[in-house]
Parts: sequence; C-alpha cells; structure tokens
Amino acid sequence: MREKQFFPPDPTIGQAGNGCAPEKVFPALEKPDISHIDQSVELAGVTLKNPVVAASGTFGFGREYGQFFDLSELGAICCKGLTLYPREGNPPPRIAETPMGMLNSVGLQNPGVDAFIADELPFLRRNDVKVIANISGNTPEEYGVMCEKLSAAGVDMIEVNISCPNVKAGGLAYGTRPELAAEVTTLAKSHAAVPVMVKLSPNVTDITEIARAVADAGADALSLINTLRGMRIDVNTRRPILKMNTGGLSGPAVLPVAVRMVWEVSNAVDLPILGMGGVSKAGDAAQLMLAGASAVAVGTALFADPYAPLKVRDGLAEIAVKQGLSAVRELTGGVRPW
Amino acid sequence: MAIRQICTVVEMTQLDAVTWWMVLEAGKLVEQHGLRGGQFLHIKCGDGQLLRRPISVAITQWDDPEDLATLIFEVRGEGTRWLSQRKVGDKLDVLGPLGNGFYVPEIEEDYAEVEERHYLLVGGGIGVPPLIMYGWSLPWPRTAVLGFRTKEKAFPNLVNRFEEACEKTYLCTDDGSLGRHGFVDGQVREILAKDNSFTDILACGPKPMLKSVAAAAAQFGIPCQVSMEERMACGVGACLCCAIQMKDGTIKHVCKDGPVFNAEEVDWDA
Repeated sequence: MREKQFFPPDPTIGQAGNGCAPEKVFPALEKPDISHIDQSVELAGVTLKNPVVAASGTFGFGREYGQFFDLSELGAICCKGLTLYPREGNPPPRIAETPMGMLNSVGLQNPGVDAFIADELPFLRRNDVKVIANISGNTPEEYGVMCEKLSAAGVDMIEVNISCPNVKAGGLAYGTRPELAAEVTTLAKSHAAVPVMVKLSPNVTDITEIARAVADAGADALSLINTLRGMRIDVNTRRPILKMNTGGLSGPAVLPVAVRMVWEVSNAVDLPILGMGGVSKAGDAAQLMLAGASAVAVGTALFADPYAPLKVRDGLAEIAVKQGLSAVRELTGGVRPW
Repeated sequence: MAIRQICTVVEMTQLDAVTWWMVLEAGKLVEQHGLRGGQFLHIKCGDGQLLRRPISVAITQWDDPEDLATLIFEVRGEGTRWLSQRKVGDKLDVLGPLGNGFYVPEIEEDYAEVEERHYLLVGGGIGVPPLIMYGWSLPWPRTAVLGFRTKEKAFPNLVNRFEEACEKTYLCTDDGSLGRHGFVDGQVREILAKDNSFTDILACGPKPMLKSVAAAAAQFGIPCQVSMEERMACGVGACLCCAIQMKDGTIKHVCKDGPVFNAEEVDWDA
C-alpha cells in the first residue's frame, strides 16, 4: 500500500478558503474574430454562403430544426430523400444506437416528389438558403422524371441517391455497379436543368471506380459517404434490433472512413465534393475539406445537438483564422500526405 | 415550439434500485412553452452517448425564478444510468417541450362538454408517472387503475398522489403482493362492466398492457388514448426513426405525432 504523502501548504493556493484556488477570475478564452473570413464556397457552380449543409435524411424538409435556428444560417439544405411516389418506409424498430454511432433503416419514407413541390418547397424557399433535393428511383427512368419535375419547381441542385442501403429494389444496386451508376447519372443529367450531384455508397471495394464512372457520365458534383451497412443484435432475444435486420451506420464512428474515401475520390476525379460522414465538430469538417471536399454536410450530429451545423460553420472560420487563411475554401484539398 | 434549455437538477431521490425521482429547474418551459405531463424532454446524457434520451414528464409547475419539471425514470441502459448519477446542482442539456400529451378539452373551450366527461386513468409501471397531472386536473369524479410488478414497485409517493386526487384508485400487481392479483386490463374490464358512465380512457405503460387496455376499451366502446414508446433519435420529427404502424397502413412518429395516439388507430398486431 502506498504511503500517504503530505505536502507543505503552498501559501498562494487556497486563499479563498475553498482549498483549491485563490480568488482570481480568469478571463474566458476569447473567440477569434471571424468577421473578415470569407465563408462562401462553390459547389458545382452553385455558391453557398458557407460550406455547411444539412445532410439528407437527418433534417426532414427543414421545419423541425427551423424551431431552433434560422435556416438561412446554413449553406444549403439537402432534403429528405424523395421518390416518385409516396413511401411509408420500413417497419419499426428503425434505429439502433451503436458505439459512437447509430444504425437506421428508415427506408426512404417520404411524401413523394409532387407533395414535396406543393407542400414543402414553398416553405424552404422562404429562407435564404440553397435547396438541394435528394432523389431515389426504382428505375433509371424514375430518376429522369423526378429531375424534370424538381428542375421545373426551382430547386438549386439535385442530389441523386444511388446508394440507399435500406431499400430492396434499386437502391444499393445502382451504387455498387459502375455501369448502372453511369446509366442513372446520364439519365438524370439529361433531364435536369440544375446541377446534378451523385451520392456515392461506401459499401464498395473501390469507391474511385464508381466515382470515375459517374464523373464520365457527366455528374456535376459528388457527395459522399452514404451510410455503411451494419447490424446490431440483442444478445438476450437473439434478434437484430432493426426489423430489417441490417441498417446504415452513421455518426462519429464513420468519420475516418469518410475522410479516407473523400481523399481517394478527390485524387481520382476532378469534380467538387460534398463531404459527409460523422461530422460533429469543426475539426471533423476541416478534415473532410483538407481531404478534398468543397463543402461538408452535418447529419447525425444534429440529433445530439441541433446547433451542431452552426458550431461547425463558426469553428471552420476560426480554424481559417488560426491558420492565417482569408477564406474557408482554402482548406479544400490542403492535406499534406506523407 | 421546442427550444433547447439548460436545466439544473434541484432534487434527486432514489425510489428503488433502478428508479429515480428527478426535479429540474426548467427555465420558463412550463409558463412560456406550455410543458405539461405526458410530453417528454429529450436529454443529452453525457458525451459517451451519441443520442439523447426521451424522458416523460410527470409533473410541471410554474415557479420562480424557474419553472419545475419532475421526471420519474428507470435505469434501462447507459444513458439513463448516466442520468441517474446526476447530483443536485448539475446541469442538463434538454430539448423540449416535445410530443403531445393526452388530449383533454380545455374548460374554456366547452365547459359543459368537459363537465360531462368521466375519465379512467390506466397506468402500468413506469407508465404511471406521466398520468399524475391528469389525476389532478381532469373533471371530477375520476378513477385510476395502477398496475405494478410487485408491491415494492408501487412507490407510496406515487400512488398517494392518485389516491388523494382521484375518487377511486385501484391497484393491481402481477404477483398479487398488493391489490388485485393480475394485469390492469382485468380490473379495467370489471370497472367498465359495472359502471357505464366512463367517457374516456387515458393509458400509459408497456405496449402489451396498452394493447390489452385498448382491447377492453374497444369492447365497451369507450374512446381510449394511449401513450406509446419507440426507439428514438432526433426527437423532433426530422429523422423518421420512431415509427409506429397505424391500422390504415400509414406510419406515424412517436416524437411528433405522439407519444399519445388514439388506441383504435394503432395497428396492435404490427
């Protein structure tokens, strides 16, 4: 057993009588002035006032988090994934928490593209924020029809989801086979009057193969990563927590995978990238930007902290100040690999 | 409208090995945002848990300098364990008010209609606390049926509140150690068979209990509201995770559409 050690009292400590600190008020660490930092970024020809985007599927159509902050504070909003017709989604349970992450199998529940245009888009348009519609189709033709409708309705960009892991038809298949990914991209491009961004699945051996196919087919930008397929089992019941057995993993746990894949893709193709996957603070977003992303999406972090996107935005500007940059976009691609 | 509120723990009482009675200073959530029993607060449970934990509100009251909200919760996992380890004076990061409590017509709306109502409150286990406020505020006479696993789980300071506020309070335990031996639905059927004056049932508890109470309510043709639980992420209606299936084939969400639903709309066999 260790002997107790007694130290002679330090006369400068504990003068306030609480035994730990003298009565001295330390000034709070000052936040650096970020007013001179240019936060705007460009993504496929669309200028975002800052690089922070709300990630599709975590933000609905903006109404819910609009309770907490002005949606105009964001660079852009990626809307909940749309399909040509309404979908009820998967049976519950649809969510399982995992170490520093969560699995979901919502299954593209949405009101359909027409209801979005009629009921949700006008609300979003009342805010000074870029609106990115996210679409999934059962067939390449459905992607085309949705692109036409959404272009006519006046969204700023279309994010083509070729990688939802939670739907049986289509879904993942398009995102894991280069020729199918290219086919969907070509069709979307030919029907869209606004830039088309293709969202890539991480559930592949070589993501650059898909990225190249999509780039060659004419995509204007890429977004990555979608969720990683995962599974959690209740040991007592021996049942998977999710009714669909497997689901998509998101949250801080996936950040390193996202950073790696953004880096690989940015080296492989010459397209702007919306990076996402596990971003909950500015340092995470900066990693994605250094790896090659022009903008970053914040998703699952919202569930822990509705203000996470705004903290990421301000924190990125603070990083720019510390690094002596004049614009946040100077971070993009700035990694110095060994 | 929900806000984020930093709340201070002002009372922390352990009721048994896994159950806690926690009182929060909750800003002006009650006075200005209308927080009431049956709604929930979405609480950040430390940095070790990614997701917040939805905890039902048992009692709310206007107070100065801050309103008070009482939560009675059970330790079910890591998040609620963290919550149970809070001390008086600790701060909590809370979103609320969230969800809808039980629908009760306001007296101002229609005095006559409210006066004619006869409410039956049915609570099971940790589903009892969200009914406390209704036990006080509903039109007289009101009746409560409370079910617990054992007599140890029927905490006196919980049960007393119903016995003081309700005309009749029936107790049931699964093991027969207190009150009637058996589940609450048996007691509910007996009450409804004897007295046909009930107009509303409000129920909160585990899903199998709600299902059987809903069946009893349907048998006697009495409208029944049930407070449902489902695994939840955002708590505000954005992520669409906390889905429950309705009889008409649609999906509703516990956080935004609920947690209280009309029993006859819920697909109990899903």
